[in-house]
Amino acid sequence: MLGALIIVFREVIEAGLIVGIVMAATRGVAGRGRWVSIGIAGGVGGAGIVAIFAGTISQAFEGAGQELFNASILGIAVVMLMWHNAWMARHGREIAEQMRDVGQAVSEGARPLTALAIVVGLAVLREGSEVVLFLYGIMASGTSGAALLAGGVLGIAAGAAFTALTYFGLLAIPSRYIFSVTSWLIALLAAGMASQSVHFLNNAGVLVALDSTVWDTSWLLSEGSLFGKMLHALIGYTERPTEMQLTVYIATLFAMFLLMRFARSSPSQRVPAAAE
Amino acid sequence: MRSLLALVGLAVLFAAAPGAARAQEYTVTIKDHKFTPSEIKVPANKRFEITVINDDATPEEFESHPMKVEKVIPGKSKGVVRIGPLKPGRYPFVGEFHEKTAKGVVIAE
Repeated sequence: MLGALIIVFREVIEAGLIVGIVMAATRGVAGRGRWVSIGIAGGVGGAGIVAIFAGTISQAFEGAGQELFNASILGIAVVMLMWHNAWMARHGREIAEQMRDVGQAVSEGARPLTALAIVVGLAVLREGSEVVLFLYGIMASGTSGAALLAGGVLGIAAGAAFTALTYFGLLAIPSRYIFSVTSWLIALLAAGMASQSVHFLNNAGVLVALDSTVWDTSWLLSEGSLFGKMLHALIGYTERPTEMQLTVYIATLFAMFLLMRFARSSPSQRVPAAAE
Repeated sequence: MRSLLALVGLAVLFAAAPGAARAQEYTVTIKDHKFTPSEIKVPANKRFEITVINDDATPEEFESHPMKVEKVIPGKSKGVVRIGPLKPGRYPFVGEFHEKTAKGVVIAE
């Protein structure tokens, strides 16, 4: 039972971290609960569908279907995160000020939430499909199924608790800083996802350039450990990055930085910059 | 979305690049949540492929952080994982859903 709990928990924390960060990043935005719920529900539904078609996906594109599928999902999530951060760079300060002034939700935030709902949905879908397959395997093997299944369910509950912990941890940050902190968290999240995405393309055999390992820090922090797994989800830690992964990671961070700069200084800016 | 298309386009470009010699192929079979063979010798510094045949009715996730690969293999089916190039050394892999019994190692030399 404990084994099942740990396996499921490990799969769930990655999505859990993302949901926690998204919830913190949208603090004070009207309707965010609904959007995040839609994202989670869509992700769970999608996970079931992906699990059912796991065999078909796996066999597609000469056996590289699963890798290309994962790479695409991560790629889309990166674009959505960039979109969100650009939007936030432009409107974040207004939202923060309104939050202070009125102490209530801001209706203007309705637009970027679709982007974040998609990110949440994709994260849940990707991790969730493995949980579904694992739990299905337990049920299919019969025998000691009940205890293992209970372990699996507890694992999901532990993952949800972990999400809450992430969220409340981030809420402890004063509201003045929360948008810049979550913006940077999202930038790192996106860079990690982009580097993971190109590695899936490498595993698929479509992007094999620059595939030498740059360094190996497995002796310091194993990617399989809980902390390693968390850092992997959070900032894209990988114990043996390839040259391509490192390049894409830095390029994504840089692109995100430029995008946020550009969005902030564009003409629609209404609040004087001196308000810092 | 557009940058995703660009990424895929780039990927296709790389795939079409010359020098993509046919990778060496190996096969492991999962039966009763165990790998056979549990030890695979591969040449170092070359890309290779392992076809993982899952003879069990339950799904398994072929996973190895050292080899940077994770892939779900549904029950009664098979999947191909592409790996490398690896520096000489031992690279353990596991079936993540049955980590206690499903263990193996790739030896690059």
